Amino acid sequence: MSLDLHMYLGLSAMLFCIGVAGVLTRRNVIVVFMCIELMLNSVNLSLAAFSSHLGDPTGQVLVFLVMAVAAAEAAVGLAIVIAMFRNKQTVNINDINILKW
Amino acid sequence: MPFQLISIAVFLPFAGFLINGLLGSRIKSEKAIGLIGSGTVGISFVIACAMFFDMLSSPPDERSHIVEIFKWIAAGSVNVGLAYQIDQLSILMMLIVTGVGFLIHIYSIGYMHGDPGFWRFFAYLNLFIFAMLNLIMADNFLLLFLGWEGVGLCSYLLIGFWYDRKFDKGTTGDAAKKAFIVNRIGDFGFLIGMFLIFEMFGTLAFKDVFNQASTLSVGNTTVMWMTLALFLGATGKSAQIPLFVWLPDAMAGPTPVSALIHAATMVTAGIYMVARCAVLFALAPTTLMVVAVVGATTALFAASIGLVQNDIKKVLAYSTVSQLGYMFLALGVGAFAAGLFHVLTHAFFKALLFLGSGAVIHAMHEEQDIQKMGGLKSHLPITYKTFLVGTIAIAGIPPLAGFFSKDEILWKAFSGGYWPLWVMGLIGAGLTAFYMFRLLSLTFDGKPRWDQHHLHPHEAPKTMAIPLIVLAGLSIVGGFVGIPHSLGGGNAIEQWLDPVFEAANRKMFLAPHAVVPLEYVLMIASVLVALGGIWLARTWYLKNTEIPEQLASRYRGMYNLLLNKYKVDEVYDAVIVNPIQKMSEMFLWKIFDVKIIDGIVNGIPKLIGVFSGVARKIQTGVTQNYALAFVLGVVLIIGFLITK
Repeated sequence: MSLDLHMYLGLSAMLFCIGVAGVLTRRNVIVVFMCIELMLNSVNLSLAAFSSHLGDPTGQVLVFLVMAVAAAEAAVGLAIVIAMFRNKQTVNINDINILKW
Repeated sequence: MPFQLISIAVFLPFAGFLINGLLGSRIKSEKAIGLIGSGTVGISFVIACAMFFDMLSSPPDERSHIVEIFKWIAAGSVNVGLAYQIDQLSILMMLIVTGVGFLIHIYSIGYMHGDPGFWRFFAYLNLFIFAMLNLIMADNFLLLFLGWEGVGLCSYLLIGFWYDRKFDKGTTGDAAKKAFIVNRIGDFGFLIGMFLIFEMFGTLAFKDVFNQASTLSVGNTTVMWMTLALFLGATGKSAQIPLFVWLPDAMAGPTPVSALIHAATMVTAGIYMVARCAVLFALAPTTLMVVAVVGATTALFAASIGLVQNDIKKVLAYSTVSQLGYMFLALGVGAFAAGLFHVLTHAFFKALLFLGSGAVIHAMHEEQDIQKMGGLKSHLPITYKTFLVGTIAIAGIPPLAGFFSKDEILWKAFSGGYWPLWVMGLIGAGLTAFYMFRLLSLTFDGKPRWDQHHLHPHEAPKTMAIPLIVLAGLSIVGGFVGIPHSLGGGNAIEQWLDPVFEAANRKMFLAPHAVVPLEYVLMIASVLVALGGIWLARTWYLKNTEIPEQLASRYRGMYNLLLNKYKVDEVYDAVIVNPIQKMSEMFLWKIFDVKIIDGIVNGIPKLIGVFSGVARKIQTGVTQNYALAFVLGVVLIIGFLITK
């Protein structure tokens, strides 16, 4: 059995939706972060799939770019979370609503 | 003689105002301030004199000049220049304003000595002269109106000069406000008149308006309303019924101010304006009749109030109102020159009387009640003698100034066929003689009724005495410029002014039936009436001093009515002031302002508050809600792109 492009894309779409659902529903900031990583990875998967399908390496270069950005974002995000935890003693996203007017 | 000098003459007092007004508090030296203040007016007077003599030596048809300083307003059909008109009428007024004004300035140096607002006072005085000069020299209605408003402002500033002092029921500030507001009513009339003039003639320049007007026929309705409106303005400035109430209150200001307002500037503005517009008034017999009747009524009415007043300045104030009535009587019967003649002589003796009363008040340490004076003759010899001259002059005893001018008016009124007005004027003359000699007797003669242990009245300083002497001299000889034909004079002032009033006189068809014997009879009658008044005042207040009290108690109602000035102020309060105040308070303030204006002003933010309260609910601060909105947005856009 061969793997068609649409199977990759289907998997990517499923992963992305799981990621979105996680971001919107989970209460734990760490889990929300992991869900964001999931979404990024689903995008990476489709990029790689398109790249191999079209025989164009640009998509794979982009994957590295996304990974680099994701790593940077995780580093900054974790720093923020730790700072927030020190202040609030919680990582529950419902208690962190200080952006309210 | 270059007539361009007029701009210097007019603007010098303004320069004095600027210097004293801006730097006065730094100059400190009263001498310097007084010199600047009176010097500027003095130079103006010299220039006016030079112009006058130049005009005198030139033929009558070359005596009128218009000097345009610059174009003021040039918009469409409106074309108004800042231009001054020099002719027989305006130069006469200028001589009065700057001449008498100069003397009053000199006097003020002594009178205001030591006052903390010395420099402010002189700045205001100069501004007053400047405004008045603009009023009388203007060659168009708009510039006249500028001066008109200017003197209104200055009267406000000067009447309320001692703004923190008590006066009557309120403060001097209230008196100043009263003068200002009453004058506003008159100005309203003046403005309406000016609009009508512009609508009818399409110009505001005197020359064009009067040239066009002299081609109209008598009895034009628009002209009648126009002149009535203008006359309303004149009643405001010149304190005639019904707008005279401010003038007695104008006594709140320092005495030189009263002299300036009553003699040289403000109150003559109305007379001047009517005289200037003589052609227009000549076209409206109805208005002239109104002017004459208002004048005669005011003359009699104010004189009767003057009979019983006890404040030295109030007596003089009502006397001014009364004398102004004579002037309007003259204008109303078409004797324009006679009216201005009386302006001239009145300026002399009224300024003299006011300045004299100032010297008395000065000597008595601010006491103004003549019942607490008496016997000042020996303490204030110069003041007494000059005051006596002024009193005789205003009473109309020949050959002093007042006799000639007042008699001219009465004669013109009688010969014009207005004998009821003549009777009123004659009675008024008797009353004038009576109340003036009552004032003189109570103040200077008899026994002192003041505290002789604590008060030591002394003669005024030189700066105050010299103007008194000069004015007394003028009050004696001032009338000689208008000796009537019947007494062998040429009535020089009438001849001088004739060219100005020529067009008006042609409209009036005055038949000067010179019945000389009749004129003699009238003259003798008025002198007898005046002498009667004097005799009565001397007997009642010096010999049989119990008579006035007996009369007062027998006719208590009448006496109180006069003492309370016919309660005109109270009537105005009840009919006009209070309803307006109630209306303002009950409707304008409590309903219109609080409910409607405040409602709108507060309602809008309240409405915005309600909406933002709703909008605020969206801002939860929960990141996931924002993200949800974001996702929903993305889904919507993708859906839109797919289904497109």
